[in-house]
Amino acid sequence: MATVPLRVPLEEPAGTTINRAHALWLTMKRKPLGAVSAALLVVLVLTAIFADVLAPYDPLATQPEIRLSAPTRAHPFGTDDIGRDVLSRIIYGSRISLWVGLLAVGIGTAAGMVIGLLCGYCEGRLDLVVQRVMDAIQAIPGLVLALAIVSVLKPSTTNAMLAIAMVIIPGNSRIVRGAVLSAKQNRYVEAAQALGCRQPRIITTHILPNVTAPILVIASIWLGNAILIEATLSFLGVGTQPPTPSWGLMLSSTGRAFMEQAPWLAIFPGLAISLAVLGFNLFGDTLRDAWDPKLRRQG
Amino acid sequence: MHKYVIRRLLLAIPVLLLSSLIVFGLMRVMPGDALIALMGESGNVGQKELAKLRKDLGLDRPYHEQYLLWLWQMVSFSPGDSIFTNEPISVSLKKAIPVTLELAALAIVLGITIAVPIGVLSATRQDTAADYAGRVVAVSGLSIPDFWLATLVITFSAIWVHWIPPIGYVSFWDSPWRNLQQFLLPAAVLGYRLAAATMRMTRSTVLETLREDYVRTAWAKGLAGRIVVYKHALKNALIPVVTIIGGQLGTLLAGTFVIEQIFALPGMGRLTVEAILYRDYPVVQTNVMLVAAILVTLNLIVDLTYAWLDPRIRYQ
Repeated sequence: MATVPLRVPLEEPAGTTINRAHALWLTMKRKPLGAVSAALLVVLVLTAIFADVLAPYDPLATQPEIRLSAPTRAHPFGTDDIGRDVLSRIIYGSRISLWVGLLAVGIGTAAGMVIGLLCGYCEGRLDLVVQRVMDAIQAIPGLVLALAIVSVLKPSTTNAMLAIAMVIIPGNSRIVRGAVLSAKQNRYVEAAQALGCRQPRIITTHILPNVTAPILVIASIWLGNAILIEATLSFLGVGTQPPTPSWGLMLSSTGRAFMEQAPWLAIFPGLAISLAVLGFNLFGDTLRDAWDPKLRRQG
Repeated sequence: MHKYVIRRLLLAIPVLLLSSLIVFGLMRVMPGDALIALMGESGNVGQKELAKLRKDLGLDRPYHEQYLLWLWQMVSFSPGDSIFTNEPISVSLKKAIPVTLELAALAIVLGITIAVPIGVLSATRQDTAADYAGRVVAVSGLSIPDFWLATLVITFSAIWVHWIPPIGYVSFWDSPWRNLQQFLLPAAVLGYRLAAATMRMTRSTVLETLREDYVRTAWAKGLAGRIVVYKHALKNALIPVVTIIGGQLGTLLAGTFVIEQIFALPGMGRLTVEAILYRDYPVVQTNVMLVAAILVTLNLIVDLTYAWLDPRIRYQ
């Protein structure tokens, strides 16, 4: 007589981590652009962490006697209209960009994940209603929705971050929902249900580990977009407020006003935004190739 | 096909209604109400005037009445007046919509004209210098912020060529040449982002199609390379490209919000950003809703085009 195993063997979590890290390493070896993007991100993160040490001057200290000074050895990126060192402001600006990006994506991903898990697992009416609400939010372009949210709240870095998180939720919830629906088809979920596991346990221990790859891939791609939206909101005057150094704000406040006299005020902050977004976009592509090639079309 | 069209239309209506609820709800989340936010900050308006203004704007009515009234105003194309300028919103929109439409249409034309040939070139010369150059252009387009590119384009055309786009909007019918001078740079900046996404998609779909059996058969028949690529491969590869262009329309519309601001074009984007800065909430909620409606309609058109191009979709 055939025997039915009481427990369905699960993949070792440690093994999964090693496999993912190994897959990422192999993809980076095959595609050097992935390694370049990882290096860019390491530089960005280190710059943000050690801004106090790396910045040659206080980003808020003004020296009117050297206002609009062109790049020199003392001020490699020049100075702005009230004599603040542009390099120091860009170094400190990385903190704002990274902080807003990480928190917005963190909140958006966590909320999207919870909604996606519940919709995918429960299906039925809840899924139908919630997904229509997500459709409705997605019908409004991300930047426009973020602008509308910030107009209701007050323009500030925190509110910009919340607005960006709101923009991220629908797309994430949809991807997690799709992954849950597919993970639910697996035998081990059926086995867990047959063994009488409770639903929260099935969701957290059996389904969640299988949907972390798409979640992480989408989060990494969203980080670049979040930085771009924060910079755009600050550029339009509804994000980070002066005198806090933010890349988007630096471009709109002094970059545009003095662009003919002092082009460095527009060049360097824009370059910083582009490099950060490029780093996250390329790294997101690399993660996707390594962990979840099925997402390639959706990204 | 008729059944499919009706089903898609029926799905679009609840999405639009829910979007309107979200937009309306968002504007009511504001602590106090819009009027207090607007007038209260100045401190010059008395309680009586505030009450009168609130009554005139219908803000003293229950929320569900306000919502139904606003919905009726939207459907009957009379969305009320701006708090800030007192101008009817329909009048402002009548002036602004053609500007945004012209900008978006030019950007799409420029974007596709650049993207499809470069995407095909990248795919047919995979892993050559031309392919790498095309891919760098595409990835840069997705990473460079519109507003930075626009600022650089204006700065360097002023420094090097001593030329900046003429200021003060002129319609195409009044002076086509001056109008094109005003729109060419902003449309090129906006089109670059659209081109970047389209370029990547064209490259990957053409690469996939070139490996299909029927393309191999076309090569085996001895057809010329140009005919195989353009007549056999590109035609089928373009179907997903239509979808990616449809998916980019939201980004394109959002892009007009920034680009119009920089190039001083009096379109819908600029109107909305200014309304947001002045907290002119009737204008904000009408414009955001209008953008959502345009986007849902455009996506519907893209879906229907897709179903028309690929009959399998209609029967799913």
